[in-house]
Amino acid sequence: MTDFKIQIQPLGLHALLINWPDKVDEAILKEMLRLRDILVLEGYHTPEWDIVMAYRSLALIHNAGAISYLEEKVKVEKYFSQAKDNGEIASMCWYLPVCYDEEFALDLDEVCGKLSLSQESLIDLHTSTNYRVYGIGFVPGFMYLGGLPEQLESPRREHPRPLVLQGSVGLAGKQTGIYPQDSPGGWNIIGNCPIPLFSLAVDPPCFVSVGDQIRFYAISKAEHELRKIEAEVGVYNLKSEAV
Amino acid sequence: MINVVQPGFFTTIQDMGRFGLRHFGVPVSGCMDRDSARKANLLLENDPSDALLEITMTGPELIFQLATYITITGAHFPATVNSVEIPLNTVVKIEAEDRLQFGKLQSGFRTYLAVKGGIQTEEILNSRSYYKPITVQNRLKKGQELQCEAWPDFDPRLSSYQVEKETTANLLAFPGPEFDMLQAEQTTQLWNSEFTVAKENNRMAYQLEEGIGKHSKTILTSATLPGTVQYTPAGKLIILMRDAQTTGGYPRILQIREKSLNKLAQLKTGDRFRFKKQAYEV
Repeated sequence: MTDFKIQIQPLGLHALLINWPDKVDEAILKEMLRLRDILVLEGYHTPEWDIVMAYRSLALIHNAGAISYLEEKVKVEKYFSQAKDNGEIASMCWYLPVCYDEEFALDLDEVCGKLSLSQESLIDLHTSTNYRVYGIGFVPGFMYLGGLPEQLESPRREHPRPLVLQGSVGLAGKQTGIYPQDSPGGWNIIGNCPIPLFSLAVDPPCFVSVGDQIRFYAISKAEHELRKIEAEVGVYNLKSEAV
Repeated sequence: MINVVQPGFFTTIQDMGRFGLRHFGVPVSGCMDRDSARKANLLLENDPSDALLEITMTGPELIFQLATYITITGAHFPATVNSVEIPLNTVVKIEAEDRLQFGKLQSGFRTYLAVKGGIQTEEILNSRSYYKPITVQNRLKKGQELQCEAWPDFDPRLSSYQVEKETTANLLAFPGPEFDMLQAEQTTQLWNSEFTVAKENNRMAYQLEEGIGKHSKTILTSATLPGTVQYTPAGKLIILMRDAQTTGGYPRILQIREKSLNKLAQLKTGDRFRFKKQAYEV
């Protein structure tokens, strides 16, 4: 049992925000997920309600008009005390293929130089960790991942690119992540993942949930091409396991 | 069917939004000025969630292939059918082959064109609201055809309504989660000075010309809503609108009330307003 305290505050007239202590901590994430599960069971689910979790906060958003903040706050406090007692939460580890070939890895050379690492050891380090999904946001399917090895921390590019390709895998500060769609971006690009993180060809459109884990593994250019074609027609062949 | 002869500057299809997918990072989208959109659907006795056209700054030119009824609400935008001016905020009968055109924008920024029965384009993730890349298009294209039903006869219970003239441009705002980071002089500035809509304004966000000073506070990424006012390290204020991202890493110093957000959607580059402080009843 944890001793985290929460602080609840209104976020406009339609939502409330539940804050845990201001730090990145898997124990906080797990407690937040347990509260989320209870809230969903108690009827706080889509489409009437949206729940947006990120790092140490959970927003409970009512899509159908103003809420009575005080009433909801009392309920949430009760559910929070239940969330303290519950056991493990179900989450998945998703194995995502990444092609680190120079065709995609536009900044691999430069980053290796800055970090004094060989390409091989950078790829080894990047693929040897289970990353935790602390949030999904910014654009549809973008994951905020925690757990990057310290040796891979590198500053953002000085000049952001006007166009970074969908699937690009990047490093920036303490973060690594995948661009789910073509967009401008300032991260150092070290590879490309052929599996779309957000796709209208599948239901639900995003297979990852907050709290899941991500593990990258290296693939060849030929395999990247094959997996991309498969994904475009909605065939994923994703490797995953319950953790 | 409605033919899009000219799309106008930025005309989109919108309904009340795409709900239940924020946890995947999908913005809600939907009409920028929900109040005006709601009134247009109400007069036509449509479902409140029926899709309509959101017209920004310059109007489209449309030819109706069928008889129906329309209502235009929102910005003051003179409109004509076959070159004859039609009243705004009123149910207007349309015959097959009628041509609808818009004149010069008089006041406001966004107009809503509702048709009886709603626009029947494809729903994606339970909404017709344009938002690229969830939808292929981000705005109407020349030559596009919009599906809708023929509605030869309709006797509205209420055929028009009076629009109240807005006298002040006050946006009602609650303190946001990071409001307490502000110094006394900044809060004074926030509540007592006028702000101007910068040219960087669109369906995602409105930036403001006036800043309130630099800061170095960082927060862990957390949920944002339409109406959240972000405070960047450079001191700029950004008001998130309907297509805004679902999470953000800038301090959230204000949360604008829904009705004021609708009002803001009618302001354009250079328009000025004040924030008016709201207190939570707790």
